[in-house]
Amino acid sequence: MKRTVPLVLVFSTALMLIVAFFIPHRPFGDLESRFLNWYTIVSGFTFLLGIDSLTRHHLTRVFRRGQGWGYSLVLVLALFGTMALGFYSWFKFQSPFALRAPFMWLYTYMIIPLQSTMFASLAFFIVSAAYRAFRIRNFAATLLLVAAVLVMIGNVPLGGSIWRSIGALVHAIVPAVDLVKFGRLEAFAAVKDWLMSIATASAMRGIGIGLALGGIAMSLRIILGIERTYMS
Amino acid sequence: MRFWQRLSSVDSRILYLLLALAVALPLVIKPKTSIRVSEPVRSAFEAVDRLAPGSVVMISIDFDPSSAPEVQPMLIGILRHAFKKDLRVIVTGQLALGLPLAEIALNQVAPEMDKVYGRDYVNIGYRPGGSAMMVGIGREIRDYFRTDYRGVPLDSFEFMRRVHNYKDIGLLVSLAHGAVADIWIQFVGGRYNQDIIVGCTGVNAPNLYQYLNAGQIEGIIGGLQGAAEYETLIEKPGSATLGMPAQSWGHGLIILLLIMGNVGFLLSRKKKDK
Repeated sequence: MKRTVPLVLVFSTALMLIVAFFIPHRPFGDLESRFLNWYTIVSGFTFLLGIDSLTRHHLTRVFRRGQGWGYSLVLVLALFGTMALGFYSWFKFQSPFALRAPFMWLYTYMIIPLQSTMFASLAFFIVSAAYRAFRIRNFAATLLLVAAVLVMIGNVPLGGSIWRSIGALVHAIVPAVDLVKFGRLEAFAAVKDWLMSIATASAMRGIGIGLALGGIAMSLRIILGIERTYMS
Repeated sequence: MRFWQRLSSVDSRILYLLLALAVALPLVIKPKTSIRVSEPVRSAFEAVDRLAPGSVVMISIDFDPSSAPEVQPMLIGILRHAFKKDLRVIVTGQLALGLPLAEIALNQVAPEMDKVYGRDYVNIGYRPGGSAMMVGIGREIRDYFRTDYRGVPLDSFEFMRRVHNYKDIGLLVSLAHGAVADIWIQFVGGRYNQDIIVGCTGVNAPNLYQYLNAGQIEGIIGGLQGAAEYETLIEKPGSATLGMPAQSWGHGLIILLLIMGNVGFLLSRKKKDK
């Protein structure tokens, strides 16, 4: 019973959702909205569970003076401080996103810089990793390196400047070569465009088809009850 | 340690310092750059430009502050373009943390273009639901968004009274840093033939060219370069154009380091082979 009921629920829900997706008219179309409401309620509860688990874990560490308890304290204060400011802004300004709301101040001066810094710091690691790992060990690696360099150079104005400098140099050596036309060709950018729209797109298309097929296979396994790991 | 070995094993801290300088110096010196407009960005621009005055553009904020330096200039550029064309703008979003960025952009652009909230644009905010909601808007937007983000009923805004589903939306703009744009394309573009343009981070752009080639989207604005190209097209340089020299120098440095590292690697391998 414990196993059969969830399996029947999953099968029937999936079947209804599939029908609702392909027939978006009433009464099937309404099913999607109803399921969406349920999904919203369930996801709301998962947020509650997450907050509960996170708070318990870090409060325990703070009270027991565990390793790094100071960070846990900052986390708990930040979590509840943000929530409190959000609720206050909601009541006072009708929305936490109102420009004069305290929540918006927190968002502008803490959340934006912190998240941007996290993302920007990736650039430093990418530089270090590329410098150490991007080696022309074999033909495939060489191709990859050349393509990467061409995309990098073609994707910024530097590529155009280099190309125009080459044009000027060629013109100086062979005056018959039209400097303006040569410079306008922007070969690096053109190669980058080709790599992105043809070479990369074909690879991405293959990956996309593979992912979709994998997704369909996994969904079918879950719907038909072959894959039951979600019950463990 | 030989010179070529040193060349291929520079300390990470030096690399970090070099990158910091390569990015910071152009922001101080502000060298002039000429920006070439690529075809995907031109197509995106033309998709907005083709719309008749009064048409509705729906902009979905599917990015958050982590990718704001790249995507926010696109939002500002598109808003400027849409307002200049007298288009009506509906802002929504699939990421709750992204919506305040829309408010910041709207409050920057709307006053400078003399646009009024409710008359020229509305922010309907965030609702959970993802793909189900995207499909649901195809029937009736009010099934999901009865009010704007401040709780004001949609029907109290004059232009919103004639917006019910995608038939009433001239163009959908997804400004995304993840796979949300793919969902808009597959579920809304595929199902309702909705015209879509996508603005995304440079890292995500390669994923989207397949849709452009297949004619599933009208255009792509990819990364800071794409944003700078859009700013060039609307003839209003902004933070993306300002950031291009920094990105140029950063890319130049990476290429230089790649060459250095490989020269060192090849020379030391040659030495070993002997």
